[in-house]
Amino acid sequence: MSRTAGEPFLQHHFATPEQQFEAGKIGMWLFLVTEILLFGGLFVGYGLMRSRNPAAFSEAHHHLDRILGLLNTVVLLVSSFTMVMAVHAARTDRRKRLIAFLALTLVFAGVFLGIKYIEYSHKFHEGLLPGKFYSHKGDTVPGQFQFFSFYFMMTGLHGIHILGGMGAILWVLRRSVQGHFSSRYYTPVDLVGLYWHLVDLIWIYLFPLLYLIR
Amino acid sequence: MSPDLSQTHPHGGPKLYAAVLAALLVLTGITVTSSYIDFGSPAVNVVIALVIASIKASLVALYFMHLRYDKPVLSVIFVGGLFFLGLLLMLTMIDAGSRDSVPSWNSKPPAGGPVAR
Repeated sequence: MSRTAGEPFLQHHFATPEQQFEAGKIGMWLFLVTEILLFGGLFVGYGLMRSRNPAAFSEAHHHLDRILGLLNTVVLLVSSFTMVMAVHAARTDRRKRLIAFLALTLVFAGVFLGIKYIEYSHKFHEGLLPGKFYSHKGDTVPGQFQFFSFYFMMTGLHGIHILGGMGAILWVLRRSVQGHFSSRYYTPVDLVGLYWHLVDLIWIYLFPLLYLIR
Repeated sequence: MSPDLSQTHPHGGPKLYAAVLAALLVLTGITVTSSYIDFGSPAVNVVIALVIASIKASLVALYFMHLRYDKPVLSVIFVGGLFFLGLLLMLTMIDAGSRDSVPSWNSKPPAGGPVAR
């Protein structure tokens, strides 16, 4: 367990802190690629079913609230900005700013889930549910339950990722308060940032595909 | 976004990040606006929405995720993942397009599968 003096975070199987940082980033990106393929399966399924039932998808999406969807898009984009500012603060050794921006990101993530909760409550109330649970009355176009199957699977999986991201942000926030990070070592902040941006990136595609069908 | 900024800050700085955020918000506005315009075919709207989304995703990946300033291997991993996603999409569509018919949700007998509503 030999460690270089002054670099307590450096694991013994890495030669330099730089090498350790780069290796961590490669690992994170490999994980992000598996995430893209996980969501990719749903996107491909969505594309297939929508091309077969364009009328049902178009009609069903009118049940979504565009304003709330737009609001959540803005919230998530801003949270990505506060996250990258947190990473920048860590890199430039500004601990208070790091803590502030991580906390802000966490707040925006909470706002996103809050808005999602309002949306889901409305869908549940109207019986706009996936598959056989769909019980909305008075539809003129049949087959709308398919849209809601994809809506709930895609936004649900995305929401779970937001929750996971909040847990990860909370973890780096705690370590930031404990003073674990500096410009020499901020790998966890950087990697959690990468994850958070990917969650944002997926929402960038979900928003027009689910809320803005013409 | 002056060139010297990227020299002193190899990962970009707050000014660059704020500019990227502004661009992302403007592009979001354009997406919403374009969804109300009739371009003659719904397919055109989908393509426009996906192109704008891809520009936004590129901005996030290049600047917020530092791909522009990081080692090329990370971009290779990312683009490699997108390549396999493209393969999945392409082969699925070829398969679906080469069939005369695929059993639809409402073509099944009432006994099995979802019931037509």
